[in-house]
Amino acid sequence: MSTTQNILRPAQRTDMAPAESIPWVRYALSTLALLIIALFLILPLVAVLFEAFREGVGAYVDAITDPYTGHAILLTLITALICVPLNTLFGIAAAWCIARFQFPGRSLLTTLIDLPFSVSPVIAGLVFILIFGSQGWFGGWFAGHGFPIIFALPGIVLATMFVTLPFVARELIPLMQEQGAEQEEASIMLGASAWRMFWTITLPRIKWGLLYGIILCNARAMGEFGAVSVVSGHIRGATNTLPLHVEILYNEYQFSAAFAVATLLAGLAIVTLIIKSIVEWRQQRQWENASS
Amino acid sequence: MRKLTSWALASALGLSALGATAFAQAEDIGLLNASYDPTRELYQAYNPLFSKWYKEQTGDDVTIEQSHGGSGSQARSIIDGLPADVATLALGYDIDAIADRTGKIPEDWQSAFPHNSAPYTSTIVFLVRKGNPKGIQDWDDLTRDGVEVITPNPKTSGGARWNFLAAWIYVLKRELGDLGKLDDPQYADEVKAAKVAAEEYVGNLYRHVPVLDSGARGATNTFVQRGLGDVLLAWENEAFLATQELGKDQFDIVVPSVSILAEPPVAVVEGNVKNKGEAAEKATHAYLEHLYSPEAQALAAANYYRPVNPESAAKEDLARFPDLELHTVNEVFGGWRNAQETYFDDGGVFDQIYQP
Repeated sequence: MSTTQNILRPAQRTDMAPAESIPWVRYALSTLALLIIALFLILPLVAVLFEAFREGVGAYVDAITDPYTGHAILLTLITALICVPLNTLFGIAAAWCIARFQFPGRSLLTTLIDLPFSVSPVIAGLVFILIFGSQGWFGGWFAGHGFPIIFALPGIVLATMFVTLPFVARELIPLMQEQGAEQEEASIMLGASAWRMFWTITLPRIKWGLLYGIILCNARAMGEFGAVSVVSGHIRGATNTLPLHVEILYNEYQFSAAFAVATLLAGLAIVTLIIKSIVEWRQQRQWENASS
Repeated sequence: MRKLTSWALASALGLSALGATAFAQAEDIGLLNASYDPTRELYQAYNPLFSKWYKEQTGDDVTIEQSHGGSGSQARSIIDGLPADVATLALGYDIDAIADRTGKIPEDWQSAFPHNSAPYTSTIVFLVRKGNPKGIQDWDDLTRDGVEVITPNPKTSGGARWNFLAAWIYVLKRELGDLGKLDDPQYADEVKAAKVAAEEYVGNLYRHVPVLDSGARGATNTFVQRGLGDVLLAWENEAFLATQELGKDQFDIVVPSVSILAEPPVAVVEGNVKNKGEAAEKATHAYLEHLYSPEAQALAAANYYRPVNPESAAKEDLARFPDLELHTVNEVFGGWRNAQETYFDDGGVFDQIYQP
């Protein structure tokens, strides 16, 4: 998340000069880094793929096309489709507010946005049970009106939204603060409406940072386990998201099927990484253009 | 052509009207069964069997959804509003907890179905590595030096509480010889000494546990998949499942001299069912009643549960269950509420003897 800051500090390269001048240090460090990456990132990925195909391609296809898996994929997509746009809107609004205005409670708001990062997801889930569970503050009322929150889609969406809330805002706040408000002020002076200013000045300048935040937000929304596990109720074919489905299959001793479904999540992670690299590259270019 | 189409349409309408009168009450009913971990395979087999039978009986289509987890956390979920229609949990106390906190299950749920509302039973046995390299024969061998025992946390796992109480029963039996002495005031001193011995043994047992998983399935995975420990205290059905399905020739089952008769109970969550209409209510009760039917009992035996009506089960399935001395929670501990309060509640015996 601090990519923008790294890019802004070309001085860092000169800090590295002493290490670069001693070749063996450079090689030792690179080897170490590569080894760690192989051990912690590549090896697990290989293990997941290996386990997934252990019982053959047929078993893999069966696991992926199982109706319960299909439902888990659908539920995960629906959850992400609701959470990501809402958190994008919130992120833009919050970043705008914090980067452009001075008001009492501004730093408190900044801290609060970070709260979901520092709270354990399980606690987040339990909090929603406390509020919306049938023994909770409002749960009885909602369930009584035929709109249960916990152990149903709304609960899963709420928990996911809570966990993914900071991603977009965290990405945009430093970016917008660095950019400053001059161009926007100029557009207003020249008579543009606020709406027009947003579409023609603000959005184009933050678009890569925004996209980066959305990608991270989406990856987390689809992969969230802890908070969703607490509020899901684990009903097969009803409230089971992909990560929960992996756990269920594993617990049913269907190891190959569990890892087959896990490859879907791994695939998502890889796609996310690729898009993220592209976005980062574009973002960097935009920065270089802007600063030159 | 047009005439033909309208004729076909009319007859189709007529047929469906006829169908509607023939099955005037035919309904689509959805049930949610909240159960504990080791019953996954059993209910996966039972649900289609019940749906088919019920369709033949009434014409209603029943679709059953399953939710599995640790028995205690499933009870907690139902208390917090999981819309389960039936609770099929690991021990009576968890159903008591739902009854006490929500009133959605009547207080006298245990008399709603035969055999204390437990359609199948099980017990606690030992699962050891092939060839029994540590030579484990009975409970006393578990506390020998160098023996590591895998059992889940009794605070969260129903199976673990059965394990704990089974060990306790063993020591009482060893010290007293006859468990009838427990209720006889004339042996009060002897019983007191036996309880001290039990506390010492069970405390020692938990010092041989390297990792306390939160549920029975997790403990089985720790022992089977991760290869930790020398002996797994397990539900008999889990032990069979592990030997038959996971690693033929990897594990042996050791049957101790004394164990506990585990009665996993079933109950209708009346509070959740009552708003769903009469047909759903009938189907829900039938779903649990049918667990006692010959075909369901045979299915339970095939899934390594001891059926309460064994007559209809396959001979070879029944032959797998070893004979051993079994005692119930009611007989030794005066029911689950007492056992829970004395041993597992905060500040209870388990908290006193277990120091991680």
